[in-house]
Amino acid sequence: MGSVGAKDVPVLLSPEGLRIDGRRVDELRPIKIKAGALKHADGSAYVEWGENKVMAAVYGPREVHPRHLQQNTKAVIQCKYNMAAFSVDERKRPGLDRRSQEISKVIAEAFESVVFAEEFPRTSIDVYIEVLQANAGTRCAGLVAASVALADAGIPMADLLPAVAVGKAGGAIILDLKKEEDNFGEADLPMALVPQSGRLVLLQMEGHMTREELAKALDMGVAGCRGIYEVMKQALRDRYAVTPGPEGSA
Amino acid sequence: MGSSHRPGPRRRGHAGSSSHPSGDRVLVLPGEEIASQGLKPGPGTYRVGGKLYASVLGLVSPQPPFVQVIPLSGRYIPKPNDVVIGTVTDAQGTFWLLDIGAPRWAPLHMTGTPWQVEIGETEKFLRVKESVVVRVENLDATGRIGVTMLGDGLGKLEGGSIFRISPARIPRVVGRGGSMIQTITQRTGAQVAVGQNGRIWVDGDPEAIHRVREALRMISEDGLRSGLTERVDSYLRSTSRSDDEGVQVPPSETAHRDASESHFASTPPSEGGDEPGDQNN
Repeated sequence: MGSVGAKDVPVLLSPEGLRIDGRRVDELRPIKIKAGALKHADGSAYVEWGENKVMAAVYGPREVHPRHLQQNTKAVIQCKYNMAAFSVDERKRPGLDRRSQEISKVIAEAFESVVFAEEFPRTSIDVYIEVLQANAGTRCAGLVAASVALADAGIPMADLLPAVAVGKAGGAIILDLKKEEDNFGEADLPMALVPQSGRLVLLQMEGHMTREELAKALDMGVAGCRGIYEVMKQALRDRYAVTPGPEGSA
Repeated sequence: MGSSHRPGPRRRGHAGSSSHPSGDRVLVLPGEEIASQGLKPGPGTYRVGGKLYASVLGLVSPQPPFVQVIPLSGRYIPKPNDVVIGTVTDAQGTFWLLDIGAPRWAPLHMTGTPWQVEIGETEKFLRVKESVVVRVENLDATGRIGVTMLGDGLGKLEGGSIFRISPARIPRVVGRGGSMIQTITQRTGAQVAVGQNGRIWVDGDPEAIHRVREALRMISEDGLRSGLTERVDSYLRSTSRSDDEGVQVPPSETAHRDASESHFASTPPSEGGDEPGDQNN
């Protein structure tokens, strides 16, 4: 959705270089993660990131359903990304659509490159991502939530997967777009990073950037991912902290 | 997985800021580097370019010549000879499939039971949703889990309730030398059977079951703090009716299995009563 006439387009970058919500160009929105938010899932996480609210649940490894998807040498990773009808201003028509299928697919493929699926042949690892409130960047928020949920579920994998979107708005390369910047900006570039190896396992782009801008955006995104990585690790440490001594309540 | 008894590693150079080094255990997350100190990668770790990394969330435990990470969460990963509690999910002609909380369902063949089962009559003995105590017998590379019901303390569970907790917490439920499980059974008078897969069968009067459930909740919600047995004991004492008050908890040593294993029905259900095949299969 490119910018249509100057009428409703907000000022995305002030002369001082501040963004619509007062952030600097390379600043993330506030992010909060809680590992282990659900009781029945094998692993779960809840993420609040800016105005996004996302819940992720992981089940498995478990029996594959439907059975024909079963693979004899490794686990299949099945992902379902869904936006609640109430997650956006206009009611979103519930259910599968082209966009949610695509996001489910790219997220599942991102996880396939880090999860040690060969350890659980003929099983399925099922990842559910529910977006409760959306404000741009929900695939990244969903991926971050799902990654923490996978670790919480004890799934063996090479690393956690921090993710963030970089983009271009008001002529500048900016980190972690919010809704207005996504809607009226010039480009959107979500990515997911394997911090241990430095590889990107999800990279999509919408809009236009020059080569130089793309290089700058990638650097900015990798730095953003590393920031989010720390928050993800802290969420897991908070849940599994080894607390010494017999203090506390009964 | 007796994580509580393992000698811990020396501290890593850059241990996470919030993982209190309680004594010596270090919490690691997937992707975090482990100081290998010349050890080889064991379960829960992987190696890239000469460096060792954790692949699961857990506690670092050197077991020379390997270093491994003991998981703190996740599904039950079967080990041979584990006694587990399973629920029947399907009955086939010659075997049942059991959900034991593992990645896959475990087939229990009719020859692995103390019963004389005719082919096609498996449902006369065990039906879907009924529960059993079985022992893990063998595992193969495809993840297939063979279980048997032949052995002491194994058999069908009649009555009672089954609670689930994380398999990683089972060592705390049993306690050192069975001290925790002894405390629970003696303070409540309930019959308790603990499966290594995190399923716990409890039978007794409703109040006893409720108190066991509360004790299990304390164990599963408690962090990795010490003094847990004492806290569970004081909870159970504070909720006991006066006639239980005098029960003395001996200082363990006797195997906890004595307390928990003698209550299973190893006999087939009475013939003729339940006709097979009323809906499933």
